[in-house]
Amino acid sequence: MLNKNQIAQRIAQELEHNTYVNLGIGIPTLVANYIPQGIDIEFQSENGVLGMGPFPFEGEEDPDLINAGKQTITTLDGAVLFDSATSFAMIRGQHVQLTVLGAMEVSENGDIANWKIPGKMVKGMGGAMDLVASADNIIVAMMHTNRAGDSKILKQSTLPITGVNCVKKVVTNLAVLEVTNKGFKLLERAPGVSVEEIKNATAADLIIEGEIPEMQL
Amino acid sequence: MINKVVKTIDEALDGVISDMTFMVGGFGLSGIPENAIAALSKKDIFGLTCISNNAGVDDFGLGLLLQRKQIKKMISSYVGENAEFERQMLSGELEVDLIPQGSLAERCRAGGAGIPAFFTPAGYGTEVAEGKEVREYNGKPHILETALTADFAFVKAWKGDTAGNLIFKGTARNFNPLMAMAGKITVAEVEELVPAGELDPNQIHTPGIFVQRILQGEKYEKRIEQKTTRSRV
Repeated sequence: MLNKNQIAQRIAQELEHNTYVNLGIGIPTLVANYIPQGIDIEFQSENGVLGMGPFPFEGEEDPDLINAGKQTITTLDGAVLFDSATSFAMIRGQHVQLTVLGAMEVSENGDIANWKIPGKMVKGMGGAMDLVASADNIIVAMMHTNRAGDSKILKQSTLPITGVNCVKKVVTNLAVLEVTNKGFKLLERAPGVSVEEIKNATAADLIIEGEIPEMQL
Repeated sequence: MINKVVKTIDEALDGVISDMTFMVGGFGLSGIPENAIAALSKKDIFGLTCISNNAGVDDFGLGLLLQRKQIKKMISSYVGENAEFERQMLSGELEVDLIPQGSLAERCRAGGAGIPAFFTPAGYGTEVAEGKEVREYNGKPHILETALTADFAFVKAWKGDTAGNLIFKGTARNFNPLMAMAGKITVAEVEELVPAGELDPNQIHTPGIFVQRILQGEKYEKRIEQKTTRSRV
C-alpha cells in the first residue's frame, strides 16, 4: 500500500517532457517533488503564476507570492505572473496539458466529485470545474477509500459532481486505474497489494486483463 | 491628466450605502484591499452583495464584514478558509452563489469589457449549469454565463500613479485588474502612490481609465494564510 508521497511519486512517472502542468491541493502538490530526470515541466497555479518553484526558505516568504492552495512559493527563472482571466485562458484554452487533482469520488464514466458534501461541507469548487472541463489529460490522486472505509471508486457518483467524463487515470494507495469507455481498467497494483484486495476495496466493476503488474517506484 | 487621487479612506468610500453590490479583489488574503475592507467593516451598511473569489478568514479580510453580518449574499468560487462563512451559509443566513473560478474571472472581465455573456465548458453537467442555456461548439457542450458588474470595485495594487494607472506585484494581481474594469466606481488602494509620469507606460497592468479613485493605503498587514517553507539542507 502506498503512502501519499508514493502516490505522488507514481503520478510523477506520467509527466511528459516540455509540458505545462497544473497541480491541485493536497497529494497533487507533492508530485513536484518527484519530477524524473530529463523531464522539463513548468507548473501553473491558477491564481496567476507559471514557472512555480519550490517553497521558500524560512524567513524568505513573500505574502505576494502564493499558490492556489495559499501556500507561500518561489518562482523559477522564466516564470511569469498574470491575472486570473489570463490564467483561466491558459486552462480553458488547453494550453495547460495536464491537471492532477484530488477527489472525493470518481465514477466509471470519468465523472469526478470533489467540491461539496450537501448539508455538511461547502467549500466551493475553486478552479476545479474549469480545470476538469478543459484539460486534455486529467489524473486523480487520492486514497482508494474514504475515512469510513467506503470505496471512492464508484459506478456512479453520489455527491454533486465537478465535471463529467473527464478523468483519464486514477492513482490511489492501492492501484493505478484507467478510465476507459467500458469502465475502470486495472493497470497496476501497489506493492504487496493483491488484485483480490483491490477488488474488495472497489465499488465499481474492474476490467482485469492478464497479470496485473506491481507499480515500480 | 485626470487626477484620481483621494486623500482619505472616507473620501474613497463616498457614496457607499446598504444593499449595494461590491467587488473585492484578492486571492485568499493575497492582494486584498485591506484598508477599504477595514473601513467598510466600521460603517453601518448592511445587505451587501459581495463578489470576491474568497471570503477571507474569520478575523481578517471579508471575514470582518461577515462577523457583523453586513453581507447578504456572496458570489465566490472558494470559501473553505472561513468557518463563520460556512456556518452562516449552512444555516441559511447567508445567500451564496458558488461559481467556477475561471468563470468568475471571465464574468468580471466581460462585465468591464462590454460583453454581456459568453459560453464556457466549465460546470457543464453540474449544479452550476442548472437553469443555464447549453450550446454545443466544436462537438462539446458549453453553458451560458453572464457578465458581472458592481456599484463599487475595491482593488489593491503595488504601485499606482495619480492618473489611476496600476502595477501589481506577484500573485497579488489575481482578480484585481478584472474587477477594476467591472466597477462603476473603482477604488484602487496602493502601497506606493507616485506622480503621473513616474511609472513606465510599458509596464502598467491596469490603465487608469478603469480607476475612478486612487488612494495611498495607510498600512498593510499582508497576512500569510499558509506559511510553507523548506529547510536549508
